[in-house]
Amino acid sequence: MSIGHTLLGLLEAGPRHGYDLKRAFDEKFGHDRPLAYGQVYSTMSRLLRNGLVEVDGIESGGGPERKRYAITTAGVTDVESWLAQPEKPEPYLQSTLYTKVVIALLTGRSAADLLDTQRAEHLRLMRILTTRKRKGDLADQLVCDHALFHLEADLRWLELAAARLDQLAKEVRR
Amino acid sequence: MTPAGSLLTAVGLTKTYGPTKALDGAEFSIHPGEVVAVMGPSGSGKSTLLHCLAGIVTPDSGVITYAGRELTSMSDAERSALRRSEFGFVFQFGQLVPELTCVENVALPLRLAGTRRKAAERTALSWMERLQVEDVADKRPGEVSGGQGQRVAVARSLVTSPRVLFADEPTGALDSLNGELVMQLLTEAARATNAAVVLVTHETRVAAWSDREIVVRDGRSRDMERAI
Repeated sequence: MSIGHTLLGLLEAGPRHGYDLKRAFDEKFGHDRPLAYGQVYSTMSRLLRNGLVEVDGIESGGGPERKRYAITTAGVTDVESWLAQPEKPEPYLQSTLYTKVVIALLTGRSAADLLDTQRAEHLRLMRILTTRKRKGDLADQLVCDHALFHLEADLRWLELAAARLDQLAKEVRR
Repeated sequence: MTPAGSLLTAVGLTKTYGPTKALDGAEFSIHPGEVVAVMGPSGSGKSTLLHCLAGIVTPDSGVITYAGRELTSMSDAERSALRRSEFGFVFQFGQLVPELTCVENVALPLRLAGTRRKAAERTALSWMERLQVEDVADKRPGEVSGGQGQRVAVARSLVTSPRVLFADEPTGALDSLNGELVMQLLTEAARATNAAVVLVTHETRVAAWSDREIVVRDGRSRDMERAI
């Protein structure tokens, strides 16, 4: 994920302090991997240098000074072109799951067993995501659905592979 | 071998249709309030397992126990009485009576059990509210969307407060959004009433609403919780 673009996108909704930015990021995108403070400030200084954000105000209360950042017109253009640029589809051809299925077949093991064991493991995570989605807000629902559909895709492929067991086994042993 | 506290248990089920072994030693157990997904490829025997557990089909051999009573040694009349009073059913399609309104459809199991019309429809409406379809109460099934129709069917399956709900591919005919809503409301309603749900599905996202899964393949079952 491009952290710079994501932080810029968050700033487009309104100016924020570095700390607020980190909080907003973690809340929406960083459930499993929260952003480090160092990363927020190094990203902000890069964006400042490139003229994509500006310092909108400095608060000097009792503690250390807090800079408030705002997006610039160049920043808005940058977010816009990032959103307009399609992401490269990932080919997934080298995945460990694929390798395991082929090795199982090559060695005469049961792909169906592999499927059942992997499904159980996927389902364990899918149940956690479903519970989080059920109890969460719209952002939780979106991020969990995204993960759920990808996990389901893995399993659908594994199911198809297991269903083709005989055919595949003949081919890889040839 | 009956797992402690289980409501419905099956041991060593076999069922043969002509040359096909639909079940070949399948086992199953479920506790009150538990949602168990029955997964497996088409033709693996998962629907036959559901039909045996629900007393619709009699297995060739094996024992099914429901609340301490042996289902497999009951008469047809006893089994159908049990199905009416203790079990609820949701299928993939075509369960609603087209000539009746939706509220009459939901109230039907209560009416068949002898409840007066007004009382039956009052209970039916409260279930329709829970499934968020009270606004189609007076429409006929042909006039509502697929998702609404399926939620009406779920309301009907729960109207008698069954102890076991059998759901065979309940979201099979729905789009993702409606499928999600049906699963969310169905599992919430079942958990709130402590009903056990036997959920046959081949979709993992649907199975993710369950507490655990068993896999049926070639008529044999595999309890994935115990396998790992």
